[in-house]
Amino acid sequence: MRLQFILGEIGGGLRRNLSMVVSVILVTFVSLTFVGAAGMLQLQINQMKGYWYDKVQVAIFLCGEGSTAAGCASGPVTAEQQDNVRTLLESPAVAQYINDFQFESKDDAYKHFKEQFSNSPIVDSVTPDQLPASFRINMKDPEKYQIISETFASQPGVETVIDQRQVLERLFSVMNAASLVAVIIAGVMTVCAILLIATTIRLSAFSRRRETGIMRLVGASKTVIQLPFILEGVIAAVIGAALASGTLWAVAHFFLGEYLSKQYPDTAFISPAQTLLLAPALVGLGVVLAGTSSLLTLRRYLRV
Amino acid sequence: MIRFENVTKVYDQKARPALDSVSLEIDRGEFAFLVGASGSGKSTFLRLVLKEDRATSGTVYVAGQNVANISSWRVPRLRRGIGVVFQDFRLLPQKNVFANVAFAMQVIGKSRSVIRDTVPEVLKTVGLEGKEKRMPHELSGGEQQRVAIARAVVNRPGILLADEPTGNLDPTTSMGIMGVLDKINQNGTTVVMATHDDDIVNEMRKRVVELKNGRVIRDEARALYTSMIPVVGQSRRLKDASGRDDAADPRGETVRDQAGEGRL
Repeated sequence: MRLQFILGEIGGGLRRNLSMVVSVILVTFVSLTFVGAAGMLQLQINQMKGYWYDKVQVAIFLCGEGSTAAGCASGPVTAEQQDNVRTLLESPAVAQYINDFQFESKDDAYKHFKEQFSNSPIVDSVTPDQLPASFRINMKDPEKYQIISETFASQPGVETVIDQRQVLERLFSVMNAASLVAVIIAGVMTVCAILLIATTIRLSAFSRRRETGIMRLVGASKTVIQLPFILEGVIAAVIGAALASGTLWAVAHFFLGEYLSKQYPDTAFISPAQTLLLAPALVGLGVVLAGTSSLLTLRRYLRV
Repeated sequence: MIRFENVTKVYDQKARPALDSVSLEIDRGEFAFLVGASGSGKSTFLRLVLKEDRATSGTVYVAGQNVANISSWRVPRLRRGIGVVFQDFRLLPQKNVFANVAFAMQVIGKSRSVIRDTVPEVLKTVGLEGKEKRMPHELSGGEQQRVAIARAVVNRPGILLADEPTGNLDPTTSMGIMGVLDKINQNGTTVVMATHDDDIVNEMRKRVVELKNGRVIRDEARALYTSMIPVVGQSRRLKDASGRDDAADPRGETVRDQAGEGRL
């Protein structure tokens, strides 16, 4: 009976305050979407770290046709220079930092290139000769890149030494910045949401002051009086959180899954299922947000 | 049922107290009028009984309990034992008569079947049989007040507080309301009614407690709105301070101080 009564009260409150409730839903929706976007970016970063850090290596590119680097003044790398590099890699001084290494010939490079850019017209204009041969080194500790770089950069026949991780780090720092921006926007929107929920609850309490006054007088408990108001805010916030979760899922599914993953087939994107892991967190956040702000509002504006 | 011991209530330190060292006892099953000009402290008295306000000093006992010792989460239980009726009825305009009365039971978690049984019974007591489906705006003022009374007593409180319940009603309707209150009182409910309505007080011949400037200046059984007994000495109020320990019933046919002039 009491439950049914409370549900009835909530229904009435939601109906009477429909426009405010809709605005609460939208504001929580937007703010939680940004929270979720930040979360998604972090998931994506972790995903890419996991995927790349195993694969990413230090690459020693050898001089090819027309290389302009200082080490390539004597033309393309010779077999002797190439052997020297290999010997150096196998020497104990260097080998202690390395798990293993592979030689990638011009033809291998061309093959990988074709795979990576299979749906791009650039493939047709590239020949194996244009791609440099390289040693791909898998480091024991990626942080020790500097040692490899110093050792090999000045070797004859070496065009350049590249730490591929650094390329990724740059990407990650962009993504981190983006997620920071998302968090800031989410923060501002969350303040909005809190204030809006507080205002809504206040209006709701005001429009039902007759009822609550009578409830007080006949000895209704604090819970019975306050719960409908709190649940009103919480329900609106949960709907907003559900919308936000749906939006994130849609972004993961349609934008990442169908669009970006075709554009960048060699990149590991998070799956839509992973974004659903964020959903409970978003709903929880929405509930806490709405619950606390309505509770604090009621404490001020609804005497019990 | 209700006992005030030297209760003082100060709203504003600069102004005189709303209640000034009031001692008073209203027994179970009694019917008492609280009379006095506006600002004499009648409403403050009722608010203190309901624990809407806290007494500045002194002690308020309701049903044997010192209300100052009732923790805030137990206040609802206190209020379940007290029905309240107001001058402006305070019905819910979008609910019909039955729903208005049922509301008081719903919010304290009474079951649907109990509500279905009790509400018509109470409506009958207040003389509103067959009007369950009416909306408040379809009722006369007297009928609306009957609904309000039904709502106040539907949970069978031991005390009914009425704050000028006939203030908005014509004399004939008022007498009808008084009949309802009297009936409720005869069923064992203590009734305390604050009023300005001298006709009603004179008609009913119940106990009258007169307040002036926050002090009890008269407390008579079976009394009239205006005291028939001439003014006597000024010092009788001291008796109030000493509490209820007088051998004689303090509600006896005594006159408290400074009655008379200025009261009319």
